[in-house]
Amino acid sequence: MQYSGFKVFLEGLRGNKGWTPAWREPDPKSEYDVIIIGAGGHGLSTAYYLTKVFGVKNVAVLEKGWLGSGNIGRNTTIIRSNYMLPGNELFYEFSLKLWEGLEQDFNYNAMISQRSILNLFHSDSQRDVFVRRANAMILAGADAELADEEQLRRELPFLDFYNARFPIKGGLYQRRGGTVRHDAVAWGYARGADRNGVDIIQNCEVTGFHIENGICKGVQTIKGAIGGKKVAVCVAGSSGRVMAMAGMRLPIESHVLQAFVSEGLKPTLPGVITFGAGHFYVSQSDKGGLVFGGDLDGYNSYAQRGNLPVVEDVAEGGMAIMPMIGRARLLRSWGGIMDMSMDGSPFIDKTDIKGLYFNGGWCYGGFKATPASGYCYAHLLAKDEPHPVATEMRLDRFKRGHLIDEKGQGNQPNLH
Amino acid sequence: MIINHPLLGPRDASEFVYLGDESLINRPDPNSEDADDRFYEYGYLRDNPAGDLRELWYHEQGDRSWLVVTRNTLTHEITSVEMARDVAKAKGRDK
Ligand SMILES: Cc1cc2nc3c(=O)[nH]c(=O)nc-3n(C[C@H](O)[C@H](O)[C@H](O)COP(=O)(O)OP(=O)(O)OC[C@H]3O[C@@H](n4cnc5c(N)ncnc54)[C@H](O)[C@@H]3O)c2cc1C
Repeated sequence: MQYSGFKVFLEGLRGNKGWTPAWREPDPKSEYDVIIIGAGGHGLSTAYYLTKVFGVKNVAVLEKGWLGSGNIGRNTTIIRSNYMLPGNELFYEFSLKLWEGLEQDFNYNAMISQRSILNLFHSDSQRDVFVRRANAMILAGADAELADEEQLRRELPFLDFYNARFPIKGGLYQRRGGTVRHDAVAWGYARGADRNGVDIIQNCEVTGFHIENGICKGVQTIKGAIGGKKVAVCVAGSSGRVMAMAGMRLPIESHVLQAFVSEGLKPTLPGVITFGAGHFYVSQSDKGGLVFGGDLDGYNSYAQRGNLPVVEDVAEGGMAIMPMIGRARLLRSWGGIMDMSMDGSPFIDKTDIKGLYFNGGWCYGGFKATPASGYCYAHLLAKDEPHPVATEMRLDRFKRGHLIDEKGQGNQPNLH
Repeated sequence: MIINHPLLGPRDASEFVYLGDESLINRPDPNSEDADDRFYEYGYLRDNPAGDLRELWYHEQGDRSWLVVTRNTLTHEITSVEMARDVAKAKGRDK
């Protein structure tokens, strides 16, 4: 069924009796050409592009819970392509371009809103670093714009320009950045993939791999064994657990990241704003809640909930740039498990086991990557070679010394 | 989280800095034949278990000792805390 304004109008007249489920709930077949593990954003977009762009048929997505129950439904929904290193920036700009055409492409309203992202800077040296990043962005075909203090005072008068310790000296805008309705991304890709014949099988946890002589031939699940010519792991925060079943250790640690939503307010924040001297970022959802977050808790965790020191740290960061939010009451907070890699950048790669592929290491930034991650993973699965914008996202890059370390932090996942 | 420091008693986790898996104590021998591979594994690969993990915490805001904390990554429950020095010595290291 094609969705459209006309369809909504027509169904309104017919008492909304003509809507059908957005996807099927099929039983697993005994064998697929490609099995994707994990129906998060990346798994579903992989299935979508695999069938739509690369013409692969007979694809299944296996999900242990319900689709969209992982990080795709827990993130703070920011999209942007304001990275510096070529290994990342070309990829994220490709992703932002896919976001720009996504709703028409998959015929679903994902509420993509390019309301801008602003990274504040607080010192002259930080400005220089941002200028360098802005130039790298422009070279990669993205947009970047430097705003001085005077412009920000006009545009965002509520910022604390009088903060003695972290004075706001200006900011780096990416006007094409913004926010997206995260659940709708999962639903849109799921519906699109389902319409292309993909079997999305929920409540079907993968419990092992069928590996014979270094070749992966399928998976064991709680619904029985399923054969697969290619098996594509795409489980974000569970990467370590799942790849351990194939006997692999990864350059990844799992960490918890918290996020927060305030009560609904009248429109106050025009776009996404990030603090440059501490870890705090905020936007306002269409329902009016301020959506914000900050640093990782900092220790390995699979618990999907964090602790109070980070709550305090995030609140302090918020108060430092935007004292007005002290009046807003907090409505909810939650946590999600991040697949933090050793250099802060992701992997889309084959493994040493033939037929087994890996997508992960997205850290706290994989939502914006959803379209490109799926597209590039599908490219790899269909052609057995990396997509041109994802050639550096290899698992063996640490061995070769080709890290993609935006922050220059080294192999300390909780600092990326 | 409260870490029960063997010398100082219960301390808030926010006084500590987290390094990671206890295996980071086992620095490979740089003179061994396969030092390249061993250092790659040591520096970059992790077990990352869901369940009990033995990990290194540094008491930066306190007595600056390194501790080995056994903590469940699914529940955050801490079941044992040892001085990293004792753990290293038990493995035959001189300090
Ligand atoms: C609080 C928070 C804020 C964030 N904010 C942002 C942001 O503003 N911008 C941004 O770009 N990114 C953000 N992220 C990161 C982003 O959400 C993730 O990087 C991204 O969603 C990960 O990819 P995914 O959607 O495929 O993961 P998920 O949705 O987690 O998908 C993985 C799926 O695999 C399934 N699975 C796991 N094990 C198995 C198994 N054995 N068998 C079958 N299925 C299995 C899980 O149930 C899950 O559904 C944030 C994350 C969090 C937690």
